[in-house]
Amino acid sequence: MVNNFTLHLIDYAIMAIYFVFVLGIGWALKKYMKSSSQFLEGGKSIPSWITGLAFISANLGALEVFGMGASGAKYGLMTAHFYLIGAIPAMIFLALFMMPFYYGSKARSVPEYLKLRFDEKTRGFNAFSFAIMTVFASGISMFALARLMEVMLHWNFHYSIIASAVIVLVYTYLGGLKSAIYNEVLQFFLIVVGFLPLVIIGLQDVGGWEGLTLQLNDVAVSKGFEAGTWTSTWKYLGSAASNPMGVDWFGMFMGLGFVLAFGYWCTNFLVVQRAMAANSMSGARRTPLIGALPKMFLPILVIVPGMIAIALMSRAENGLMLIGDKGQTDYNMIIPSMLVHYYPTGLLGLGITALMASFMSGMAGNVTAFNTVFTYDIYQSYIRPGKSDNHYLKIGQFATIFGVAVSIGTAYIAANFNNIMDFLQLIFAFVNAPLFATFMLGMFWKRTTGNAAFAGLIAGTAAAALHYSLTIAEGKGGWLAQLVEYPSGMAQGFWTAIYAWSVCFVLTIIISLFTKQLKTDDDLRGLVYSLTPKTYDEPGIPWYDKPVVMAVIIGALSIAITILIW
Amino acid sequence: MDIRFPIGLLFVILGFILAAFGLFTMNDAELYARSLGRNINLWTGLLMLVFGGLMLLSTRKKKK
Repeated sequence: MVNNFTLHLIDYAIMAIYFVFVLGIGWALKKYMKSSSQFLEGGKSIPSWITGLAFISANLGALEVFGMGASGAKYGLMTAHFYLIGAIPAMIFLALFMMPFYYGSKARSVPEYLKLRFDEKTRGFNAFSFAIMTVFASGISMFALARLMEVMLHWNFHYSIIASAVIVLVYTYLGGLKSAIYNEVLQFFLIVVGFLPLVIIGLQDVGGWEGLTLQLNDVAVSKGFEAGTWTSTWKYLGSAASNPMGVDWFGMFMGLGFVLAFGYWCTNFLVVQRAMAANSMSGARRTPLIGALPKMFLPILVIVPGMIAIALMSRAENGLMLIGDKGQTDYNMIIPSMLVHYYPTGLLGLGITALMASFMSGMAGNVTAFNTVFTYDIYQSYIRPGKSDNHYLKIGQFATIFGVAVSIGTAYIAANFNNIMDFLQLIFAFVNAPLFATFMLGMFWKRTTGNAAFAGLIAGTAAAALHYSLTIAEGKGGWLAQLVEYPSGMAQGFWTAIYAWSVCFVLTIIISLFTKQLKTDDDLRGLVYSLTPKTYDEPGIPWYDKPVVMAVIIGALSIAITILIW
Repeated sequence: MDIRFPIGLLFVILGFILAAFGLFTMNDAELYARSLGRNINLWTGLLMLVFGGLMLLSTRKKKK
């Protein structure tokens, strides 16, 4: 019954008006795109409330909306760890300790920082692996968007791919990073207003939070866990066997909270780029902190619908069926299915628009990070150094087209392989987890050498691949042998990250002690903590705009929320 | 360009459309059967109108 829905003129009108605005923003910014730094770096001119919202919105793509909705159903409220311990401490650390080196140095990208701090090969390794990851991530969002258009609007899949590619290409080509950031802010508000009614109506339907808790108690018990497991976060982390995620408190704290979170939020150029586009040092440092505030509340929008869905699905008479249901449960379709289940004509158009907006921000974010790394770290470094700025502006624009074109290819790969999302997140873990060890040592220990950093990174990535090959979870991994079995893929991912980080960290230290530091203290000024003056922010900012003050408030608030949903 | 202007404008336009549609379909019980009988077009539309209006207003103050 749920699959019976039709869209009316008003739904299409809402979508059309939104697309006019998206393209209009790109078009209005076109006249500013006169230099490569305007196009690729946003001209370092954007207020921090905008970069802050873009900071979290660029992540709010298909992987997050589908993935977190699905995890909300599979693991319950425990998924909120990704928004609290798995994000907030890392964001605070980025703001207070790392941003001064990104924003204050001459680096225009994360790989370029590695070049300044270490050497060319470390930069090259990071630039190429990052470029490949971004086109895959962008392709997955494009695939999700086309799939959505196919299911909801009954468009042909191939046309849907072309349509979504053209729209994102037009607004990123016209207005560069600034256009992507501005649209991310627009998309953020749209996602909030598009999903909020879903949560309110859904909660009413299941009898409020109390009703949801009661129904989820039954779900938990039916799956062989204690009653409260679906509605708590830390309570059942005493041992891996007592919660559906199969993770204990140590794996959660170290794997997600430390290695994966810091590896992602502090070294991923996709998010760091948003902060680097801010108009001042304090603005760049405020960016992750401003983003952290809405981040803490996003679980309400993306996880709670998944929890409501699993409660509804436990009783067939509720009539919730997942879209694209071919006998097996496709948890990824939870949010689209819930929209169709609850939204009448009119609001349905808005809900679908919000989903499209989310996937487009996921695509555009990756494309704008890709074109910068491609232009500065690959083209300017290895293909044609020393050309005029206008030449690099042209290359940046070409890289935008190239990035979208390759994403079309990766979108088709995603369409043909069922578990491409799992696979990609795995690759992210392989590459990002050791990278944070390299950054930590590079920024806070001036003795770290380039050769050690490079060797450590390679070894850490190899350790991740090896650990994954020797363990198995939910039938995945174990290519070489199956020494250990984890209760869930998530647990396996956390432990893979812990091993990768530890190997990179220890090896980089040992090799540093045995190799010569080729950089002088002068080279490292502004790149290493001990060699950089500690007064980062420009003078005269009011106390409430000070990053430290905001960090304390954000930290206290996140602890309060954690205790509230313990 | 001040991004608050296009955001405000989009929310006012979409909010107006949704709220007007909600008013127009006030007595359409069938349409709102999905949303537990609540006219969520009207409510969401009004919310968007208020938010969009505030955004537009904030750009005005700054120009003075």
